[in-house]
Amino acid sequence: MKHTHRISLTVNGRPVETEVEDRLHLADFLRRELKLTGTHLGCEHGVCGACTVLVDGRAVRSCLMLAVQARGSDVTTVEGLAAEDGTLSPLQEAFREHHALQCGFCTPGMLTSLTAFLRDNPAPTDREVREAISGNICRCTGYQPIVAAALAATGDEAIEGEN
Amino acid sequence: MGVRYFGAEVRRVEDPRLVTGKGRYVDDIELPGMLEAVMVRSTEAHARIRSIDAAAARALPGVHAVFTLQDFPAEYHDRPMVQPYPAPVLLQPTTQHPLARDEVCFVGQAIAIVVAETRHIAEDAAGLVAVDYEPLPAVVDCREAVKTDAPLAHAGSPDNIVARLRVAFGEVETAFADAAHVFEERFLQHRGGCHAMECRGVIAEDRPLHDGLTIVSATQCPYLVRRNVAAYLGRDEGRVRVVAPDVGGGFGPKAGVYAEEIVVPLAAAALGRPVKWIEDRREHFVTTNTQRDQEWTLEAAVDADGKLLGVRGRVIHDNGAFVPYGLLLPMTSLTPLPGPYAVPALDVAMDVVFTNTAPNSPIRGAGRPNAAFAMERLIARVARELDLDQAEVRRRNYVPADGFPYDTGQKFRDGSAIKYDSGDFEGCLDKVVELSGYAGFAERQAEARAEGRYLGIGVSSCIEDTGVGPYEGATVRVQPDGKVQIQTGAASQGQGHETMLAQVCADRLDVALEDIYVRAADTGAFPQGVGTIGSRVAVNASTAVFDAAESVRDKALQLAAERLEASVEDLEVEDGVIGVAGVPEMKVTYGELAKQLAPMAGGPLPKGFSPGLEATSYRTSEGMPTASGSNIAEVEVDIGTGEVRVLRYSVAHDCGKMINPMMVDGQIVGGVVHGIGNALFERLVYDEAGQPLNNNYGEYLLPIATEMPPIAVTHQETPSPFNPLGIKGAGEGGTIPATAAVVAAIENALEPFDVVIRSYPVSPEELCDLIEGGGASERSA
Ligand code: FES
Ligand code: FES
Repeated sequence: MKHTHRISLTVNGRPVETEVEDRLHLADFLRRELKLTGTHLGCEHGVCGACTVLVDGRAVRSCLMLAVQARGSDVTTVEGLAAEDGTLSPLQEAFREHHALQCGFCTPGMLTSLTAFLRDNPAPTDREVREAISGNICRCTGYQPIVAAALAATGDEAIEGEN
Repeated sequence: MGVRYFGAEVRRVEDPRLVTGKGRYVDDIELPGMLEAVMVRSTEAHARIRSIDAAAARALPGVHAVFTLQDFPAEYHDRPMVQPYPAPVLLQPTTQHPLARDEVCFVGQAIAIVVAETRHIAEDAAGLVAVDYEPLPAVVDCREAVKTDAPLAHAGSPDNIVARLRVAFGEVETAFADAAHVFEERFLQHRGGCHAMECRGVIAEDRPLHDGLTIVSATQCPYLVRRNVAAYLGRDEGRVRVVAPDVGGGFGPKAGVYAEEIVVPLAAAALGRPVKWIEDRREHFVTTNTQRDQEWTLEAAVDADGKLLGVRGRVIHDNGAFVPYGLLLPMTSLTPLPGPYAVPALDVAMDVVFTNTAPNSPIRGAGRPNAAFAMERLIARVARELDLDQAEVRRRNYVPADGFPYDTGQKFRDGSAIKYDSGDFEGCLDKVVELSGYAGFAERQAEARAEGRYLGIGVSSCIEDTGVGPYEGATVRVQPDGKVQIQTGAASQGQGHETMLAQVCADRLDVALEDIYVRAADTGAFPQGVGTIGSRVAVNASTAVFDAAESVRDKALQLAAERLEASVEDLEVEDGVIGVAGVPEMKVTYGELAKQLAPMAGGPLPKGFSPGLEATSYRTSEGMPTASGSNIAEVEVDIGTGEVRVLRYSVAHDCGKMINPMMVDGQIVGGVVHGIGNALFERLVYDEAGQPLNNNYGEYLLPIATEMPPIAVTHQETPSPFNPLGIKGAGEGGTIPATAAVVAAIENALEPFDVVIRSYPVSPEELCDLIEGGGASERSA
């Protein structure tokens, strides 16, 4: 038996009102229903962090949350990080500048996780940034350039081991 | 010609789409009328299938079909998949049926495909398919599989031997007879799974009355998939189009051809609708090719000064349940064996065996990290026995800087000699010794020891044979608006090929990087290609782009000379504008010339010119450029918990001329982290019955940010004489030596306990046992 619920929420600043199946997780809702395919699924068991989105400002694994649970909340995905006119956020710019992405599959989750982290920790250390992304797996970059990008986005470019 | 981009840390042209969520990976693509598929997979490691009951699944609303092999046309019922890399030495080139026929040989093997309106419905239905198994004995450990009385991985086969390989050169017997010392080492290597963050995925659409079959796949090798699938289905290659869109990491296993690349097209053809299948992570663990155990027994013959005279030994290689990828993985474990060392004689044999586990094919570096680990183990042993410094023992054994080109003594399949083109191995070592503060380590170690902390340092050197041929191609085409299109077959999985190829092209044509765009990895757009494996794209595709761009430039200059009534020698190009030197008003743009060369009906084509301002080249490197590197790892081991922390990691790498040093560093650092993961974390565990035990990221550990050290990278640039750009591949040089460096560092830290590590990944429990017990590690698979 298919059970559905009516939900309304805000996604990247736009109001959304729709009917969702109760078992639909938030990531599938964003990807399939709203066609916001920037949110990626890397494990669907809550470890890789690729699916991270911001729900009321908090970094949340959208594979572990049901769409119905997002009722009434304000969701930001990677598509919502740049300004309306397309200007990249300082963190997105820093990712480019520091080669913090290769295949780009973990990138949406890294960006959303770090966006929330840097808002709450505007002057982190290398260690703190690493802790902040310890729930995000990247197979390509070795993390170092991601840490460099995060620190650069705060204006502090110093990172051990970079040369 | 100006050089503005080659060698510059140009920001990637791929990034704007990828940082904004606008990438287009397989699962992001939706076609009109598309259905979704889920595979039913074996839950048994080895069994005969008595029956499959799909009635309940078929009855579920929203299900369009459930196919077993018997539900496909009869011609496929007895047709195993086509071996992509046949070789005469393959004693049993066994490939699987795309859906199991009557026997399953590993947990995860595909048995049926369920196609439904949505993925959710397909998952529900897959759970309703009942498979009745008659269990058969399974063999899981390659060291068991090689024995004559071992259970057979395939019922009815003569034994479990896939192939017996041997690499030999020089006078090995003499080397051992003359040796001052002979040392034997035995160890087990294990490299784990692929774990690209994007799993595999396939979309197929068959339009028999239009353009035929289109397959979108997260593949590294669209042309191999085209060849293989066309051969299997009995179709014309010209009517099979394979496209790799944005791909979220490859690392080797996505280079193969998989059952789903055949089954999804068959389902799409039968239903007359596009069908999408996306692998989930649990499936990835059990069905995407892995790279598991190799047991090595090696002996080194050494003179009194610690110089290697000869190496001999035997390897058992676990190939898993099938041979999905010829012998490329086991062969690459043997041929690079001498590494950076001048070894006069070598004789190593390998038994490649079947087990009832996921099939094996290369993962980043293929067998090269295994070969490097093996040689580095011997070198470490020599250093320990003769009380030589880790750096010094290597200096004594390297191929000398004036010894290039160096003939290793081995031959390629075509009989030509395997040669290292260029390098300076000692120069690289000097650089990493400097970078890592090697000279001050003894002091750091002593200070730490005084506080009861155990620091260790490990050195590792390697070579990497890169850029394997035979070719990759490129078309460079100037459009009438002056933009330049590059088309190539070479697929990218995040390496930044678009940027790299644009850099090479921009310099050659003297146009701005922003005016170039790249279209890659679509067999419908570019006729031939090979694929992205073995650090080969920079070497092969850049050379082709370089050559094609040169032809385009020549053609443009010829036409411009006519148009401007000047001689070619008097022309200069800047930013896409060709002008007569010293006469500013005499100029024409590439775009105007392109338009002139592509007239519409009745328009004149300049005399003596073919249409289009474009050229295609398949020019390639003359041989396999040899990259090299030396790494130094510094670790701390907690002797109470067995925890290893890598404190710092230093790399000196030589991949010849670098097109984009930022991207090279990206390859190196990412590769090192993969190698550290192999040393410390990544272990696929199967129980004795062949059941995989750790198919999730809670239990299968991948390297994460907090566990990784700062990684410092420096470069030496020894240009390759094999290609006009002087480049060598860089994709795997970080991974190849890393595991050996970390393991050596752990042993160095635990010298007071005489710890010798005989297997990786090294777990804290094992280290605790070793510290308590002294002596060497042993591990069952
Ligand atoms: S997909 Fe959600 S954490 Fe991996
Ligand atoms: S950039 Fe590929 S997984 Fe992070």
